[in-house]
Amino acid sequence: MSDLLNRTILAHHSALEAREYSAVELTQVYLDQIAMRESEVGAFLTLDAEGALRAAEESDRRRLAGKARGMLDGIPFSLKDNIAVKDMRLTCASRLLRDYVSPYDATVALRLKQAGAVLLGKNNMDEFAMGSSTEYSALGVTRNPWDPSCVPGGSSGGSAAAVAAKESVFSLGSDTGGSVRQPAAFCGVYGLKPTYGVLSRYGVVAMASSLDCVGVLTETAQDCAAVLECLVGKDLCDATSVEHPQPDFLKAMRAPLRALRVATVSSISEELVDADVWQALQSAAEILRDAGAVIETVELPVPKQALAAYSVLAAAEASSNLARYDGVHYGMRSEDYTSLAELYANTRGKGFGDEVKRRILFGTDMLLGENRARFYVRAQHIRERIRCEMKELLSKYDLILTPTSPTVAFARGSSASQERLACADMCTVYASLAGVPAVSVPFGKNENGLPLAVQLTGRAFSEGLLLRTAKLLEEALG
Amino acid sequence: MKETQYEAVIGLEVHAELKTETKIFCACPTGFGAEPNSQCCPVCLGLPGALPVLNRRAVELCVMAGLALNCEIQRNSRNDRKQYFYPDLPKAYQISQDGYPLCRNGYLTLDGEDGSHKRIGIARIHIEEDAGKLIHAGKETLIDCNRCGVPLIEIVSAPDLRNGAEAVAYLKSLRTILLSCGISDCRMQEGSLRCDVNISVREAGNRGFGVRTEIKNINSFAFVEKAIRYETERQIALLQNGGEVCSETRRFDEVTGETVLMRVKESADDYRYLTEADLMPIHLNEEDLRRLCEMLPELPAERQMRLISQYGIEDAGARMLVSDPGLADYFEAAAAKTNYPQLLVHLIVNDLFRFCTSEPFCSPVASERIGVLAELLGSRTVNSATAKKLLSRLVKQDFSPAEAVECEGLAQIRDEQKLLEMVEFVLDEMPQAVEDYRSGKRAALRAIQGRIMATSKGLADPEICEALLIKLLNREDF
Repeated sequence: MSDLLNRTILAHHSALEAREYSAVELTQVYLDQIAMRESEVGAFLTLDAEGALRAAEESDRRRLAGKARGMLDGIPFSLKDNIAVKDMRLTCASRLLRDYVSPYDATVALRLKQAGAVLLGKNNMDEFAMGSSTEYSALGVTRNPWDPSCVPGGSSGGSAAAVAAKESVFSLGSDTGGSVRQPAAFCGVYGLKPTYGVLSRYGVVAMASSLDCVGVLTETAQDCAAVLECLVGKDLCDATSVEHPQPDFLKAMRAPLRALRVATVSSISEELVDADVWQALQSAAEILRDAGAVIETVELPVPKQALAAYSVLAAAEASSNLARYDGVHYGMRSEDYTSLAELYANTRGKGFGDEVKRRILFGTDMLLGENRARFYVRAQHIRERIRCEMKELLSKYDLILTPTSPTVAFARGSSASQERLACADMCTVYASLAGVPAVSVPFGKNENGLPLAVQLTGRAFSEGLLLRTAKLLEEALG
Repeated sequence: MKETQYEAVIGLEVHAELKTETKIFCACPTGFGAEPNSQCCPVCLGLPGALPVLNRRAVELCVMAGLALNCEIQRNSRNDRKQYFYPDLPKAYQISQDGYPLCRNGYLTLDGEDGSHKRIGIARIHIEEDAGKLIHAGKETLIDCNRCGVPLIEIVSAPDLRNGAEAVAYLKSLRTILLSCGISDCRMQEGSLRCDVNISVREAGNRGFGVRTEIKNINSFAFVEKAIRYETERQIALLQNGGEVCSETRRFDEVTGETVLMRVKESADDYRYLTEADLMPIHLNEEDLRRLCEMLPELPAERQMRLISQYGIEDAGARMLVSDPGLADYFEAAAAKTNYPQLLVHLIVNDLFRFCTSEPFCSPVASERIGVLAELLGSRTVNSATAKKLLSRLVKQDFSPAEAVECEGLAQIRDEQKLLEMVEFVLDEMPQAVEDYRSGKRAALRAIQGRIMATSKGLADPEICEALLIKLLNREDF
């Protein structure tokens, strides 16, 4: 039955409806695949085979009773381990939360449960979503399914690897500056960061509240539309959540594609990008042009500025969001203290990894004294400007076409180069700062067999168009 | 050498708990005195992934306070995180408002006994969440999070106060306004009204400010006055002895009546304020403001003026009544039953007050009853001694005073012929007293009057009796 692993959500849905196989059988296929691949890939931090089979049984019972709940009923999936699931560990890949169990469900987790989807477990990530390679996980190693010597990207590396290794039909990750799109690109799967506010953040452990988005990782553009359609809808538990004005994503996938106006960005130039990635970008532009698109090159604020604003804001907000992990109320507490100050210092000193500490210190510094006005407030202004310029640009163009990452997946152990890391977010931070949607589209492999990808960025709430265009590229590639 | 004269410069920060059903960012109840940690949820406990949602009622009550205190209401305001580590603060930041509070630039007018007026500036009013409570039990410290997320407003006065008495007058006036508008219960003993005092001294006539100290969390008006007196004298003594006042936080010791150093302030505390991105900015339109203006009840100063003109009562009485909106309501309900409102004020203030010491005002006697009592007294159906007796009976048990007067024969004896007989009888019995009176001992009159009242079982009309008595005593032939 292992051919089941190559089917889309729509195909599974039809097969389950036609009783070709049961949700339990489907789930078992994925559990077997996990058993086979996991020792190499290491995509999961928590696996709940028992719970998954139980959920699958319930799904089968519902379907027999004629009460199936829609497209995702009986479909196995996984979640990045910063998304809360009631009575399940919520580690954020940190020593500090290694044994922390959430007493409640994140809204996105709840909506998937209610849709009947079958949770397999929780995926590895960079600690507290800080990193681009999943190497900053304190709890496990994740390898790129296409080449175990390479990283899967990050921070949602476990999610991307799970989908790419067919250990899960789909996964949800979180994207603050590219954390869904970049690992999706590295692992050759679709990674959608929706418009800010479209997917509820309630129950998703915050890194930078003004940038964080829940993202969807799937093997096809249509799967992405199916999952998104199930998850959208304003959540009263998240004040920043919004209603999506055009939530019929599957319908959008079938709509004819009109002539598009596409922008490419001059500042993301050939010399900043690997040759094979650049080649993929040109091919994607060619396909769009063949489909009738007008492609023009435009200016955007230089990546250096966007990256600087992003790193200040993300670190400042993260330093605040991570302050609560102090060992007092929950999570790890250092045994070694004689005063309150020592309890805080030793818990956080031992609990957090170096990268998290580096960003907390940096973020804290950006808010202290005069730095606040010089860096934090200024970064807010730069962000506002980028937001305006992006809006202006996207009023003239339907899409912005860029690479997702300037490189393909790099070798494990090489990510220590901070410069490389800083550049890694070069193409993804614009959509994050502007709060607009962007999707990473797999675009074949390079000569070493590593996935290539391009990124489509659109105006707010244009997820339907982004995924429809992604499907066009998908079909053109064959 | 001429001794330098000093004056104190005082500003108050008042925290008032808002009268909402639920907490400021979640649906937990706010009731006082519940089992520790029984009114908590993931949001107010700051669990990983939880998000705040602003309670609209808290914003409304804050704006109403601003309107009542003549503030400029900000059409655009927002929330910020005030960050510091303390075990009673689960998120390690308090959601408050920094740069963009809801209300600014108001004032409150203090009326002096002598008819003078002094305006005390209100710098700002903003909303924020309360922290939890630490309970020290032996070597252990326990945390009760019920108060976490209870909605507060912080009302910051300008440094316009000059002594303890003025500060207390300001606090009392503020409390009356908050009570009248239903904004807060203002129960100091339950902590729903708390006061921090900022105080410095300077040479009288100087316009600059001295170094100030802050006295935290004083929980009664009397202590505010004592703390200010002590701290003023302490600072003056320091300066006179060639010392300097240090910027520091102090607390008031209720036993010794002294202020005690808690900690020295480090170059102004740095709270690393950060925009609260989990909440949307607060926008108020003209329609919102118009609606809130309409919801605003009559303010104490307006009511005082109206009571004086509508009921013709004295200024002092009116001021006393409006000091507690419940008391003024009670008066007005009772006044509907009588044509003698000033007598009613006396009955309430001189007699009823002895039976109800609780704050806020709560009467054991129905308003209708005391109104009828005032009417019986004013129409001279009963004398004041009988009225007092009836009132003390009403405190214990409800009955109709008019019926009691009828059935028990408590009506005042006003028949001149009957009274004349009674007076003559008593004078016959008290020749010595008559002698004394005539030889100039005025006090003898009181003794005779007492005997007349006793003879009438307390029912004689004292005024008529006195007139008759004096007439008889002054008659030569008697």
